[in-house]
Amino acid sequence: MAELTLKSEMFRRQRESDWKKLETLIGRVERGSVKSLSDEELIELPGLYRAALSSLSVARATSLDQGVVSYLESLSARSYFVLYGTRTSVMERLAGFFARDWPLAVRSIWKETVASLLISVIAALTAYVLVTNNPDWFYSFMPESLASGRTPAAETEFLREGLYDGGGDADGLSAFATMLFSHNSRVAIFAFALGFAFCIPTAVLMAYNGVIIGAFYAVYIDRGLGFEVTGWLMIHGTTELFAIILAGAGGFKIGWSIAFPGEKTRGDSAADAGKTAATVLGGVVIMLFIAGLIEGFLRQLITSDALRYTIAGTMLLLWCLYFYGPRNFTAERES
Amino acid sequence: MTSSARPQGYAHYADVKDKRTRELVTPEGVDLKIRLADGGARVGAFLIDIGIMISALIAASFMLGAVLGESESFDKAEIVVVIWFLIFFFLRSFYFTFFEIRPKAATPGKMLMKIRVAARNGDRLTAPAVFARNAMRELEFFLPLSFLFSQSGGVGGLIASLGLLWSGLFLCLPLFNKDRLRAGDLIGGTWVIEAPRTILSEDLAAPEARKHASKAEPITFTQDQLVAYGEHELHVLEDVIRKDDIETIITVAKRIRRKIDYTRGARELDKDFLAAYYAALRKHLESRMMFGNRRKDKYDD
Repeated sequence: MAELTLKSEMFRRQRESDWKKLETLIGRVERGSVKSLSDEELIELPGLYRAALSSLSVARATSLDQGVVSYLESLSARSYFVLYGTRTSVMERLAGFFARDWPLAVRSIWKETVASLLISVIAALTAYVLVTNNPDWFYSFMPESLASGRTPAAETEFLREGLYDGGGDADGLSAFATMLFSHNSRVAIFAFALGFAFCIPTAVLMAYNGVIIGAFYAVYIDRGLGFEVTGWLMIHGTTELFAIILAGAGGFKIGWSIAFPGEKTRGDSAADAGKTAATVLGGVVIMLFIAGLIEGFLRQLITSDALRYTIAGTMLLLWCLYFYGPRNFTAERES
Repeated sequence: MTSSARPQGYAHYADVKDKRTRELVTPEGVDLKIRLADGGARVGAFLIDIGIMISALIAASFMLGAVLGESESFDKAEIVVVIWFLIFFFLRSFYFTFFEIRPKAATPGKMLMKIRVAARNGDRLTAPAVFARNAMRELEFFLPLSFLFSQSGGVGGLIASLGLLWSGLFLCLPLFNKDRLRAGDLIGGTWVIEAPRTILSEDLAAPEARKHASKAEPITFTQDQLVAYGEHELHVLEDVIRKDDIETIITVAKRIRRKIDYTRGARELDKDFLAAYYAALRKHLESRMMFGNRRKDKYDD
């Protein structure tokens, strides 16, 4: 009997070497970067990819060799993700993030930012009024660990000292700064994630944050230390509180888009909001890092009220200009 | 010879296979037919990743402890604390993001389980999407964990268990939607799919695969003997030959011979018989296919 040769087998034999070549190239890109490919290989890649795709179509229609079909499916999918994956380098993406993506994302959620700010401020004012009228409220707002003796019962001198000596010598500052940074970042990520539950837990978190500040303020203003405490709090607070408020705004954006997707499907709406909010959140972590440095180092080293106010004001101005200042984004806008 | 009565529930195998298949049409117009990762693989990947994170943290602690052990200096202790906190923070917040924004879009755990993250709409996976899907882990994993380990009785304990229940709902989200999306996938616009690195297996119908058969009598089949089976049976046969389990081969060869009324040759091996029948059946079915006449299984006409 004549040798049994199948069309599908011939088909495979003719193209196999191209498939293998594509597989090797894709494997190299997956392991390292596109840079590991030579110019010729780079030019060859799309052609090989399209050939593999067309082989897949042919194989599905004519071959009953499961091995070939599943191999081509896996190879085509891998190539697809590599070829249509990220095109820009990490540096370009970082540059784009700072120049465009981050400020644009922050701008686009201004309504949520205002809401987040209002909730914090109202909560702070409420707590302030309550504690001023009846200092007992302080103990129900403040956890003991956070107050660390700075209660309505404390001596004025003790409170005043606390504002200027920064809890001891200049040693241990970097550890302090790191802990502040990682704690605050976790709170920020949390405010973002909680937005998923239709905004409410994020609102609670923002309000709680406000309450603590309000209660704290009430104790100090009562002793006539309002001016001093503002310098102590705001030197990093303009950055830190701004960041927390933005994180809360990101959470609201997500919760709102899930609850009220409007014209889009709920999934699309959530994904779009998630992208914006995550961009904001990425920036928030950077802001909190800066705030941690200011709080951990500068606040302890600088004891002049005027200088503290200057730094606080400058930081706030810089952030506002960076986010909301007039700028031309359209020049280099892409996807 | 073929009975047209399809047994109850027989078509089931195809449905199971397709339940996790999703369409992904490339710009060239080919559907890649991606498959969603199965729940077990995802849980496995996550456990591996958590294991890696914990081991990394323990290793770092030991190394930092060793550095610290030699000196009493306060400055050194401080730097060690700073480094430890930073390692902890970055592991917890950016471990997943770091790996998933790379070309493979998979953490070590996912790579081991052969799954990856992809954008649900087939576009490229962006950094914010990956960051968003992983930031949600605070809600899905770390929050239930903190409720679980909060040591309080009475009212506090009640609140903790309610909290656990509430946050556990987010953890269970993948069970309640057909695409197995967790909260992070919803927010990131992503899903987790299978990413097998299939190796091109030998073509069983190629002459080389059957070369040992040529020494004995060539095995031939009549047309009647080839219409007994369809594509599904062919694929099952392919699996049997590839697995190369002697018991199964003997059983299957016996059943096929009986079904197609084939008399076994004098020095014919079961393996050779199956290889020859596979090639002949595939040729027959593929030529039908060329004319647009497919035959799904033996109950199909």
